[in-house]
Amino acid sequence: LPAAVLLKDTKLMDVKLGQLGSWLATRDFTPGGIMGAMRRGYERYYNKYINVRKGGLGGISMVLAAYVVLSYMWSYSHVKHDRRRKYH
Amino acid sequence: MNLSFFDQFSSPTLLGIPLILIAMVFPALLLPSPGNRWINNRLSTLQLWFINLITKQLMIPLDKKGHKWALILTSLMMFLLLTNLLGLLPYTFTPTTQLSMNLALAFPLWLATLLTGLRNQPSVSLGHLLPEGTPTLLIPALILIETTSLLIRPLALGVRLTANLTAGHLLIQLISTATTTLMTTMPVVSLLTLAVLLLLTILEVAVAMIQAYVFVLLLSLYLQENI
Repeated sequence: LPAAVLLKDTKLMDVKLGQLGSWLATRDFTPGGIMGAMRRGYERYYNKYINVRKGGLGGISMVLAAYVVLSYMWSYSHVKHDRRRKYH
Repeated sequence: MNLSFFDQFSSPTLLGIPLILIAMVFPALLLPSPGNRWINNRLSTLQLWFINLITKQLMIPLDKKGHKWALILTSLMMFLLLTNLLGLLPYTFTPTTQLSMNLALAFPLWLATLLTGLRNQPSVSLGHLLPEGTPTLLIPALILIETTSLLIRPLALGVRLTANLTAGHLLIQLISTATTTLMTTMPVVSLLTLAVLLLLTILEVAVAMIQAYVFVLLLSLYLQENI
C-alpha cells in the first residue's frame, strides 16, 4: 500500500513504528543537516514561547530547568559520592 | 558528606566534553538577537533596555576614542553577570571560579589599556606613576610603589573575582551540609542554620552581580587613565 505522502515528508508523529528505520534513513545527517535541525528546533521553541506578545516567566524557566537537568546528568558520576552513608 | 569540599570546583567530564564548555556557551542561548519588528518580545525588550543602561553607564566618562571599547566591555559585563548568576542554580558549574579563566579575561584587557596609553600618550601614562604634590624626597619610593600597584592590577582583577565566587560557593555548601546534618539531632538549630542559608543565598546573588560590575568598572577606569 503506497503512502499518500512520501515517507521523506511525513512528520515523526505520523510515522508508523515499522517504517521508523526507513524514515531515519531518509533524514539528513551531514553537519549542515544537523545544524539545520538544531536551528529549526531553536526557532520552533523561540517562536512558540518567547517571541510572543505577552511572554511570561515560563519560556525562560523551561530553558533554565533543562540546563539544571543537563548539568546534573553531566556531573552524576561526580555527585554520586555525596550520598549520606555511614562509611564512605 | 563530600569527599572534599573543593570537589565542586573541578569540572566534570562526560563523553570527553567538560561541563565548563557548556557552562561558558550556555549564556549565549539566553540572549536572543532582537528581530526587525518595531516592538519586540518582552525578553528582547528587557535585554535591550539593560544593555543600553550598562553601555551608557560605562561610556559616559570616556571620550569619543573610548567608545571603541563599548562592545567588548558590555559583552564582558553580560558574560560575567550571566555566568555568575547561572552558577547559583543547583548542580551547575560556574566557570568564573577557575582562576585560569579570570586571569585569561583580566590580563589581556588590562594589557590592552596599558599599551594604548603607552603608545598614544606615553608621557601622560608614565605621569600617572607619580601623584601630584608629593614631597621630593619620597619620589623614588613612590614611583616604585605605583609601578608595583600598576603591575599587580591584572592579578588583582582575576583573583578578586575568583576568590569572591569560590568563597561564596564554599560557604553555601558548608552551611547546607551543616543544616542537613543537624536536622536529626537538633532541629531548632537546623532551622536557624536554614535561615542563615537563605540570607547567604540572597547575598550570593548580590555578590554575583556586584563582582561582574566591579570587574568591568575597574577596567573602564584603567581605560580612562590611558586613553
